[in-house]
Amino acid sequence: MLRLFSALLAGFALGAGLVLSGMANPQKVLAFLDLAAIASGGWDPSLALVMAGALAVAVPGFAWLRRLEKPALADSFAWPQATRIDRPLIAGSAIFGLGWGLAGICPGPALAILGLDGYQALVFFAAMLGGMALHRLTANRPALRQG
Amino acid sequence: MDWIAFDPLRALLGGALIGFAAFMLMLRLGRIAGVSGILAQGVFGAGDERSWRLAFLGGIVLGAIAMAYALGGFQPVFSGGWPVLVIGGLLVGFGTRLGSGCTSGHGICGLARFSKRSLAATLTFMAVAIATVFVMRHVIAG
Repeated sequence: MLRLFSALLAGFALGAGLVLSGMANPQKVLAFLDLAAIASGGWDPSLALVMAGALAVAVPGFAWLRRLEKPALADSFAWPQATRIDRPLIAGSAIFGLGWGLAGICPGPALAILGLDGYQALVFFAAMLGGMALHRLTANRPALRQG
Repeated sequence: MDWIAFDPLRALLGGALIGFAAFMLMLRLGRIAGVSGILAQGVFGAGDERSWRLAFLGGIVLGAIAMAYALGGFQPVFSGGWPVLVIGGLLVGFGTRLGSGCTSGHGICGLARFSKRSLAATLTFMAVAIATVFVMRHVIAG
């Protein structure tokens, strides 16, 4: 129960932060990604400051957690072990970047806007789940796994 | 155009809340707050590790509603019609799974622990997204 509440609270902070920072608004994300607008004075630097604000908390936070033996409500920390920069990482990130640049929505904001907007948020969310399902299908085929 | 709407304090504070969420999930459950991974395993996964994931996802929806209410309203503005939403959604869903993460997992949690792998992922999706916006706004829409 405490685990569920902690997860809910962390998600709550994330959702609130995405709305407060404006990053749940596709228009603001695209206004940051539009670097050509720097010349015309219409660029929105918000996303860089959001990253800075998040890292200002997470960097010292993680550094402190690294020295703890285990988390409060689990047996061990699940720090990611992968270090290799491989083809799936780069290809997947490039495909993600293409979709992100088209719609201005990444997975966090896709959830945040679910309760704020009507059909458009639902359409994107459903398509995103479809993309994830498609990956599950292909990932189970060994011939494609190396690609 | 959006210089008017640019609010540095809101961006920094909102960012700090996002960082706090990542810290909180690691402190309590020992997990990385990567939304794409948590979503995929929360929806398609099985077992008792599913429930905290669904609680986290529900928290995002509720936190967004609460903050929108506190700010007196929040209306997302979309860049295109349903074809853009469908194609964009498919690419984001597939790409984040193949690349093992998104803006939260690689961009915030990965960078916060100085992972070179996450830095490579972040630079890649940033560069491709910037190029995509350039083509859509300044080449095609000209």
